[in-house]
Amino acid sequence: MEKNKDLTEWQDKVLAKSLARFPERRKRFTNHGGDEIPLLALPEEIDDQYVRQLGFPGSYPYTRGVQPTMYRGRLWTMRQYAGFSSAAESNKRYRYLLEQGTTGLSVAFDLPTQIGYDSDHPMSLGEVGKVGVAIDSLADMEMLFDQIPLDSVSTSMTINSPAIVLLAMYVAVAEKQGVAPQKLQGTIQNDVLKEYVARGTYIFPPQPSLRLITNIFQWCGENTPSFNTISISGYHIREAGSTAVQEVAFTLANGITYVQTALDAGLELDVFARRLAFFFNASSDLLEEVAKFRAARRLWARLMKEKFGAKNPASCMLRFHTQTAGNTLTAQQIDNNIVRVTLQALAAVLGGTQSLHTNSRDEALSLPTEDSVRTALRTQQIIAHESGVTDTVDPLAGSYFIEQLTDRIEREAVELIDKIEKAGGVVAAIEDGFIQRQIENAAYEYQKEIESGERMIVGVNSFQITEESRPPTLRVDPEVETMQVAALSQLKKTRNHDKVQNSLKELDQAARTDANLFAYVLAAVKEYATLGEICDVLRQVFGEYKQH
Amino acid sequence: MHNNDSPFRVLIGKPGLDGHDRGAKFIARALRDDGFEVIYTGIRRTPEEIVAAAIQEDVAAIGLSSLSGAHLRLFPAVVEALRKAGVNDIAVLGGGVIPEEDIRQLKEAGIAEVFTPGTPLEVILEAFRNACRQHREIHQP
Repeated sequence: MEKNKDLTEWQDKVLAKSLARFPERRKRFTNHGGDEIPLLALPEEIDDQYVRQLGFPGSYPYTRGVQPTMYRGRLWTMRQYAGFSSAAESNKRYRYLLEQGTTGLSVAFDLPTQIGYDSDHPMSLGEVGKVGVAIDSLADMEMLFDQIPLDSVSTSMTINSPAIVLLAMYVAVAEKQGVAPQKLQGTIQNDVLKEYVARGTYIFPPQPSLRLITNIFQWCGENTPSFNTISISGYHIREAGSTAVQEVAFTLANGITYVQTALDAGLELDVFARRLAFFFNASSDLLEEVAKFRAARRLWARLMKEKFGAKNPASCMLRFHTQTAGNTLTAQQIDNNIVRVTLQALAAVLGGTQSLHTNSRDEALSLPTEDSVRTALRTQQIIAHESGVTDTVDPLAGSYFIEQLTDRIEREAVELIDKIEKAGGVVAAIEDGFIQRQIENAAYEYQKEIESGERMIVGVNSFQITEESRPPTLRVDPEVETMQVAALSQLKKTRNHDKVQNSLKELDQAARTDANLFAYVLAAVKEYATLGEICDVLRQVFGEYKQH
Repeated sequence: MHNNDSPFRVLIGKPGLDGHDRGAKFIARALRDDGFEVIYTGIRRTPEEIVAAAIQEDVAAIGLSSLSGAHLRLFPAVVEALRKAGVNDIAVLGGGVIPEEDIRQLKEAGIAEVFTPGTPLEVILEAFRNACRQHREIHQP
């Protein structure tokens, strides 16, 4: 075969450089018979169309993946979302997960924490410690990461409206461990726009929320160069019932909004854009999901280059976390969920994910038990080490069906993004309810198909059995609320009252200017001002968002 | 569909902080398609707000949804708020990610029906129709 110029250039520049820095996991990748498995399968003839639409892994437009060697170099991060009850309980679960071979932490906060209420707030009734860990102050955060070295573990935190507060607490805990911010690795979700259309943990109106996000971009750009400052999330949009195309379109439209806001605030594109991360859903339609990930990657690269003029290749790379689809889990015949999760996880890997959470089989009943979580993690390990799909890059490329579907999803997502931009952008489309209606209609149609039996769900509307006994479920100790409230009351007696009040006053004053608020929030959390107190200051200045 | 007179009126509420409203919105819309008049509260309402809306809108039944595990505190709190308001003719139904062993406790606290994931829509619609028929019998014997 005549050597193609583009291929040679990729081999010499991109691949060689990557291999020099990150050697492959094995000397040779072979099948059972000893035959060598190629790093990258290519068409007989590499024409312009191929280079334009697919290109080479680690090269624009990144359709085939963001790294040149993908999983031959390094597997994805196996990151299980966990957290419940108190900081002490969650700390135990994290240390268990690390012992079992998980390679990154993912913190689930309870709903009061996510909405900026302390555990003793009337709105927190019944919710403390339920869907995640309750964090009221730095004292809880210190306990959460006790004996977990923050210079070597990467931590993802699902926190949005009050992200600036929790990130400040994380930075403060690291400092107490003697770890400089420059060494911190991880991600904060920090994606408020999708909260207004799905998930619902908004606090402030969109404009001040966007300001907080931009403050984080800026502070992190200067202080935590290895931290992902946002995880622009389609996951929850899909969970709320959107289609695959809508998931891509709404997520990337949100991404465009964050980029534009940061540019308007004077931030340098090629500094902050490389720290933007994404988060997608892996649902049950295996081939559509693989195509979706590839389409999203190509479309983001094109938007960054063509719309925003990004120069740094890293700015164009859509790096993403994936979680399998919670809404597809059934309460009936729960072992079937292991199979669903396996197929969904496989889609994420075939689609080139950078990190992955696999749901546990019992999550349609309650939070997962330790046994169920282990099986979920093992599912990832089996795909990684036994299935063989990690031995070659983007193995489904070139399938007529996959490539057509990738093209179609990209095209339809572009049409939907254009529609939103013509309607005045994402914030206007949220305020008008356009995005919410689109998701709601898709969810309704899908559920009607299940109700009519047109769409089969095994064990639910077909192949049912009578189940005698229910599996054991994890129960959150109802005492956690009482204990958390007592600890909070104790903290308020022991901290330096004047220093707390002072730090809150300074935050209040700064919030009324256009100053970057990160340093003020950091100062307040170090004085053990509570999450609720800090958010109340911001509520006073920014107002609160009300769903209409 | 709903006898020969006016349509049944019900309220769908999301108590607590849980933002998962896909199920609540689906049920609200399916009830509307079935001929009900439906008031949907939106997310993040207190039990007191839900009860005040139910009384103001003169509904025959309240449907609650929570997927965050807070149902044992929040569903009975709605029943309690109704009692405090002196209302004893509005039925309360609930659904969400609710373990089997909690259902009896919820029923003892006065929740008429509890629906878990995978419950066929028709079962839920029929439960609302029943609740509304009973309400009508009290008021139009």
